[in-house]
Amino acid sequence: MAKLKCEFFGKKLKNPIILASGVLGMTKASLEMACENGCGGVTTKSLSIEPRKGHEGPNVAETECGFMNAMGYPNPGIDAGLKEFDGWKRDEALIISIVGKDATEFGTLAEKVEEAKLNAAAIEVVLSCPHTPGYGTMVGQGSPESVTEICKTVKEKTKIPLIVKLSPSVPGEVKAAEAAKNAGADAINMGNSLGPAMKIDIHRKMPVLGFGMGGLSGPAIKPIAIRCIYAIKQTVDIPIIGTGGVNCGTDAIEMMMAGANWISVGTAVYYRGPEAFDYIAREMDAWMDMYGYKNVNEIVGVVHEEIRKYKNYSQ
Amino acid sequence: MKKFESTRIIHSNKIKKIIEENYRIKTIEIDHSIEALPGQFLMVWIPGVGERPMSIGNNDPLTISVANVGKVSGKMHELKEGELISYRGPFGNPFTLPQNGKRILVIGGGYGVVPIYFLAKVAKENGAGVYSVIGGRTERDIVWEKQLFMVSTETFITTDDGSRGKKGTVLVEAEWLIKEKKIDHVYTCGPEKMMEAVAKLCKEYDVACEVSLERYMKCGVGVCGSCAVDGKLCCQDGPVFTGEEALSISDFGKRKRDATGRLEDI
Ligand SMILES: Cc1cc2nc3c(=O)[nH]c(=O)nc-3n(C[C@H](O)[C@H](O)[C@H](O)COP(=O)(O)OP(=O)(O)OC[C@H]3O[C@@H](n4cnc5c(N)ncnc54)[C@H](O)[C@@H]3O)c2cc1C
Ligand SMILES: Cc1cc2nc3c(=O)[nH]c(=O)nc-3n(C[C@H](O)[C@H](O)[C@H](O)COP(=O)(O)O)c2cc1C
Repeated sequence: MAKLKCEFFGKKLKNPIILASGVLGMTKASLEMACENGCGGVTTKSLSIEPRKGHEGPNVAETECGFMNAMGYPNPGIDAGLKEFDGWKRDEALIISIVGKDATEFGTLAEKVEEAKLNAAAIEVVLSCPHTPGYGTMVGQGSPESVTEICKTVKEKTKIPLIVKLSPSVPGEVKAAEAAKNAGADAINMGNSLGPAMKIDIHRKMPVLGFGMGGLSGPAIKPIAIRCIYAIKQTVDIPIIGTGGVNCGTDAIEMMMAGANWISVGTAVYYRGPEAFDYIAREMDAWMDMYGYKNVNEIVGVVHEEIRKYKNYSQ
Repeated sequence: MKKFESTRIIHSNKIKKIIEENYRIKTIEIDHSIEALPGQFLMVWIPGVGERPMSIGNNDPLTISVANVGKVSGKMHELKEGELISYRGPFGNPFTLPQNGKRILVIGGGYGVVPIYFLAKVAKENGAGVYSVIGGRTERDIVWEKQLFMVSTETFITTDDGSRGKKGTVLVEAEWLIKEKKIDHVYTCGPEKMMEAVAKLCKEYDVACEVSLERYMKCGVGVCGSCAVDGKLCCQDGPVFTGEEALSISDFGKRKRDATGRLEDI
């Protein structure tokens, strides 16, 4: 599967598939397990200043065409978290996800990651959770102003490459991505789960998720994620991690064609087990073989080149 | 692991019967039966309060047994006969069922007897010989004794204070049973220190062993990672592990993670 080899901020990855934040990533051993199952990189649970229990359950629910979660950022807190993920020796990239209430908190968190001298390939700041009061889209962290302030603060505290995780549910994702780039971000992750969304149990006449609402992920959100990635790629010159509903190799190929340099995968672990990473890599490899691609980078953003050939194509 | 289609939705059924077992444990019989294997669990939902994993004690009628230890289990104790109870599942990796003619020893501590009874029942139906040991702190902590008695060749009780059965831990009965009854397979569920001791005993006597671990679970379906034990997930790879697997888990018998993921001593 040599065709899938790619770079990630100076690290050589065996493939562009990355474990998405919040899925499996509570412990170092779980991240290693994901690596054994074939991903090129892993993202930790999002770490906050204080330990968080998260929302009461049910924390997850399946819907007709997707998956919902309202975890509420359960995590042991940045100090315990950094101890947990210390000593990363694998070739797969380790991305530390951090989540703060404001720029000051993000600054403190970034400083702690920098000081911990982990073998981290990047820091991901999450500005896009749709179901946790005080964080993400519930407090408008995805606005260009907020993105600028948070990125600048984080950049002052650390030299580790910075990924900004945006939401596919907030209009103006291109402006937010532009703001991130101008404030020094090194990549965009588009994006988080969609929503907030709600599912009601008709027997109990109650919302199913403990928090009432939650983020939608899985196949249902893929077309929206693709459109957001496409829009960012069209106007902003910044590498993109594509996230949202990638369940098989052709989903990943499609998302890379829209403009993603790497793909992160969460809910596929629910549908296909942790083996999902290996399956997706093999499926991508087989597809590239069939259509004569030599390297995965040839696929990135090809839709944008193709569209130019159709002079009358307008959007 | 066997995955059931029914795990994808929440089921709500009426409570048929509630049995007060002792000062802290209530058994809830549900007016429904499900396809489930011994060792599997449900995620039981109390709307507006929360959701917790509960071992399946019987599949027909579907039965759970709840110790009142906190927020959600406390609310489960307020449920009344005729009311609805909601759950998703069954989830998890079940016990290996013994074949016809095998002799098994089942060991339950506290509410750990719940999945152990379900296993013993199915094992007996499959033609296995069942010896059982129930352990508790005192006489009043012994539950599900009658049920287990009905499916066992012999049943033994131990209590820490000697108020019922032999004084001591379950090991005082388990060790001689393993030696003298030519046990092929030992199954245990209960306090983790007890299971650790049983797993070590089985290793010493070179007898196959399976234990059922309890870890803080949030999703129950192998995505959130809250119940991670080393590179495994308790909700998917477990809750049943072989004794050997369990003894190789660095936290087994020592530490577990709380809701935030921080490790605390057992
Ligand atoms: C696979 C699996 C099967 C389970 N099967 C059963 C079962 O059949 N019957 C049953 O009653 N429980 C069972 N549990 C435990 C159950 O899921 C909950 O942990 C327990 O009911 C506590 O939830 P709570 O909301 O009432 O307590 P919380 O409010 O969450 O906790 C209150 C306090 O109780 C303590 N506590 C939590 N769990 C326990 C416990 N198990 N024993 C003693 N103290 C505890 C906590 O440390 C905390 O201090 C099982 C757990 C797992 C993982
Ligand atoms: C159970 C679960 C927990 C999640 N936790 C986090 C989190 O802590 N931080 C974060 O940035 N995203 C979190 N997400 C969002 C995912 O990282 C991802 O962006 C989203 O699910 C869309 O991708 P998918 O369709 O491949 O799952 C979580 C998603 C799920 C399903």
